[in-house]
Amino acid sequence: MKINSEYKELAWQGLWKNNPGLVQLLGLCPLLAVTSTVVNAVGLGIATLFVLICSNATVSAIRQWVPKEIRIPIFVLIIAAFVTCVQLLMNAFTYDLYQSLGIFLPLIVTNCAIIGRAEAYASKNPIKQASFDGLMMGLGFLAVLMVLGSIREILGQGTLFDGANLLLGPWATALKVQVYQLDHQFLLAILPPGAFITMGFLIAGKNFIDSRIAEAKPKKLEQAIERVRVNFEN
Amino acid sequence: MSDLTPAISKNSKILALFAITCTAAVGLVHLLTKDRIEIQAQQQLIQQLNEIIPITRHDNEMFRDCIIVPNDGNSDLLIDVIYRARLNNTATAAAIKTVAPDGYSGNIELLIAINTDGSVSGVRTLLHKETPGLGDKIELRKSAWIETFSGKKVLDKNDNRWAVVKDGGMFDQFTGATITPRAVVKTVRKTIDYFQANQDDIFTTASNCGAKQ
Repeated sequence: MKINSEYKELAWQGLWKNNPGLVQLLGLCPLLAVTSTVVNAVGLGIATLFVLICSNATVSAIRQWVPKEIRIPIFVLIIAAFVTCVQLLMNAFTYDLYQSLGIFLPLIVTNCAIIGRAEAYASKNPIKQASFDGLMMGLGFLAVLMVLGSIREILGQGTLFDGANLLLGPWATALKVQVYQLDHQFLLAILPPGAFITMGFLIAGKNFIDSRIAEAKPKKLEQAIERVRVNFEN
Repeated sequence: MSDLTPAISKNSKILALFAITCTAAVGLVHLLTKDRIEIQAQQQLIQQLNEIIPITRHDNEMFRDCIIVPNDGNSDLLIDVIYRARLNNTATAAAIKTVAPDGYSGNIELLIAINTDGSVSGVRTLLHKETPGLGDKIELRKSAWIETFSGKKVLDKNDNRWAVVKDGGMFDQFTGATITPRAVVKTVRKTIDYFQANQDDIFTTASNCGAKQ
């Protein structure tokens, strides 16, 4: 089926090939800042995922009525509105997590992954595909956040899922895993430079896997990657 | 120029329309969540107050029995709100919300509860921007350090135990972070001094913080 393969391609692009975190390198600011624990990473990842799906769907729904000269301010307006709504909702329903994510929630607005997808994909495609693209890109971003958060939390604090109760309620305190005991926290892993270095290793790892795959089947032609920056001819 | 005018006016109309719609959406969500956010903040306050002034030491609703202290500019201690704890209408303790202005990265908001005998009932960090992993041990969920204040008293004006160990005092500093605990200790000490000097006023002033019923 043609439609099926289209969705497959979108999933592949979002989760791996054109991953917003590892390949497009978008949204580095929140990515590096909040991934000190898995719970913070997942909290921000889910918030971003939600905003990405909503903004992609909305941008796609209104694409016929938006003149291309003023599309960017309109996209920014839509994204900012969704982020503010998410922020208010998290403040109301996950108060503790809202406090620990702090400044980084409003910063979702500046996450270029969102406006990047609005511009590159959602503004040219039907609602269904655009929402699916948002879902996949969001999941890809969430996955990178989670991996980065796990590595940093294990290296920095020797724990996993510390503070899960902030996200899931008091019962989740039991989810905390003490991987090993640390006398002092490993600061480099907790602070943003550690995130930057870990991120470098993750990207290297992805490129390594890709080159292995390419070696395994050298005859297959590389498909054109849809980039975030698109030049409009007209 | 004139042939551009229709395009400009059309685009600005569209832009205005989107701005109005987006603002309306945000406004609507704000209206729907406003009450819940207020309740959440209030519940957190109640929980924190009950943690540092146990329920056995008060039977009033502390978050409603509070005074806002106007900043007179003379003192370098910035007091925000004072919550009063009473048992059978007798004053037992006060929780003072204040700010340590000299943290490593700016202000540290503290809630300091002091018993009427001048001893510390409990201290909590409400808000801070200290370095994660170093200075954030002033948070209870990171470290029990903040509990070391409980039961401590200022003996006299020259009581020099109110400092971190490095400065010859009785409170531990953190490895790699001395400025943060130093700022907290200093502010707790100053707050106790303020409490002891103004104890009568603190408990007799009529409640004026306007908490909702």
